[in-house]
Amino acid sequence: MQEPLVSFEGVAKRFGSYTAVQKMDLQIHKGEFLAIMGSSGCGKTTTLRMLAGLEAPSEGIIRLAGRPINDLPSWSRDTPMVWQSLALFPFLNVIENVEFALKMRGIGRAERRRRAEQWLDRMQIAEFASRNIGQLSGGQRQRVALARSLVVEPDILLLDEPLSALDAALKVRMQSVLKNLQRETGITFVYVTHSQSEAFSMADRVVIMSRGKIEQIGTPQEIYRTPRTRFVADFLGSSNIFPGQLQQDRSGRAAIATASGHFLLAEDAAASAMPGQSASLTVLDTRMQIHLQPPADAVNMVEARMIGEEFVGATATIYFETGAGQEIRVQKSHEELADLPLAVGRSFHLSWLPADGHLVPE
Amino acid sequence: MNQENELNRNPLIDGALKLYVVLAYLFVFAPILASFVFSFNSDRFPSIPLGHFSTEWYRAVAADPLVWDGLRNTLLIGGVVGVVSTALGFGAAYTDYRYRFFGKQVYLALALLPPTIPVVIMGLAMLAYLSRIDLSGNALSVIIAHVVICAPFAMAVIRLRLSQMDPSLEPAAWNLGASEWATMRHVIIPFARPAILGALFITMAVSFDEFAIAWFVSGLNETLPVKVLGFLQGQVSPRINAIGTFVFVTSMTLVILAQLLLSGRGTATGKE
Repeated sequence: MQEPLVSFEGVAKRFGSYTAVQKMDLQIHKGEFLAIMGSSGCGKTTTLRMLAGLEAPSEGIIRLAGRPINDLPSWSRDTPMVWQSLALFPFLNVIENVEFALKMRGIGRAERRRRAEQWLDRMQIAEFASRNIGQLSGGQRQRVALARSLVVEPDILLLDEPLSALDAALKVRMQSVLKNLQRETGITFVYVTHSQSEAFSMADRVVIMSRGKIEQIGTPQEIYRTPRTRFVADFLGSSNIFPGQLQQDRSGRAAIATASGHFLLAEDAAASAMPGQSASLTVLDTRMQIHLQPPADAVNMVEARMIGEEFVGATATIYFETGAGQEIRVQKSHEELADLPLAVGRSFHLSWLPADGHLVPE
Repeated sequence: MNQENELNRNPLIDGALKLYVVLAYLFVFAPILASFVFSFNSDRFPSIPLGHFSTEWYRAVAADPLVWDGLRNTLLIGGVVGVVSTALGFGAAYTDYRYRFFGKQVYLALALLPPTIPVVIMGLAMLAYLSRIDLSGNALSVIIAHVVICAPFAMAVIRLRLSQMDPSLEPAAWNLGASEWATMRHVIIPFARPAILGALFITMAVSFDEFAIAWFVSGLNETLPVKVLGFLQGQVSPRINAIGTFVFVTSMTLVILAQLLLSGRGTATGKE
């Protein structure tokens, strides 16, 4: 395997007595789109700022292309960043903004104008070259900010929640602009966001952080299907979580005893399960079936009362509550729900296959 | 004015407010206006009815070499004071913007303190101190004294502008390859330029008008306001009105220029 473009080796960051990032190891590969996701205060932005040279790590080494960059000031790093506020220079017009980094690198007037124009073209904002920043729309500013960072043709581009100020429709459009840009240029993107939809729709790999620690690294599918910690499952919000205790049932199969009942585990999960241990079973809300009558062949089943429903475009989310007070969400398409007499207060039977359940440590 | 406001206006309150503004301005400007009117009046004493229009007092002033000395001193001192106190004020404001350090509140309080000290006390203290170090009684002593009272104004004006700056702007410049000095030159100063020029004009105007301290420390290099006092002590002459009008017009021009720059016409704040 080739050497990573960036590696964090035991990097930690403390502000006084507050630990923003705990000792972390992270490799970022050349040409990948990596999203770092977490709620605010999880250390994702601090991680990005350490890479950009805006915060110095309290310990550990950060390498860029093999070279330690801990002591390199921000301006000698070539790690341009797109800021949450965009931080465009209001006293410069569009093309002067884009030229800025080239000017700072001592590139001549004609050459930097030419290269800036190329990027304005590429970002489809050439017609605004001599406009003031104040005269641009949100989406146009976004493009200026991208052009301004990419004009130096770096190996890596850092993005700090750049889409957070845009409205929903524009956000989706900019996501595809970003994804295409990344694919075409082959530049490594490190994208910090608190939005699951942004991270999962663009990134090749996602890093989920919580309280200064990496909780899970993986492709969007891996993380979505098999959250590895209770935090990740909670954070994604797409799994039902049954906390309980591992045990063996009468026939020797691994199961978990929860407040809502005993459930069988998948074979692979069973191998590592130690009876008596505390753990949580997670089941994706799309993997659950709703029945009016208990089906004969169902292995894992729980009876629950419907407490509400919510329509989200093509799918609906139905909320249930078990006798033990546990809330369960089930997501289905409208077609799948058509035959069910859904009504709040009515009891249903919810089932899932053991293979759809995943164990996370407590 | 937006529509709700337009709709819900009470004509009585509206009229009263207008009257209030007119009266307030009249109160402030009546003496200056009177001085202006009498400076063009042929009569020796300010009295009604007025005599005929005349520029004789301006000619008398223009013919007086002492007035020219005073004007030269005033302009020289005002110019130097403006530049020096704006430079100091910028440094202090940037320090406040950029750094967090122990005792910062004390630093700020001290930096903004001088204008709150009564000028007579300040003038006396300046005289006592400057004469001890053999700097009293010349243009330099007035410059030093005026910088002390002007720099806080410059700092306040520039500090306000820097506080409107997106805090990511400076790190964004570093991130794009600008060293700290290059960032200062290409980002901080261009962003603060309207406030820097505004501070320059305001500090010049303050120095131009300042009398008490200049009176204490100027010695033989009197500025125009000090000269005016000299005239007053000798005789009440309409020449004072002429000088007064001139000084007023100059200061107002500087202040209005500063206002135009600071109201930020055509300059985005960078926060959006």
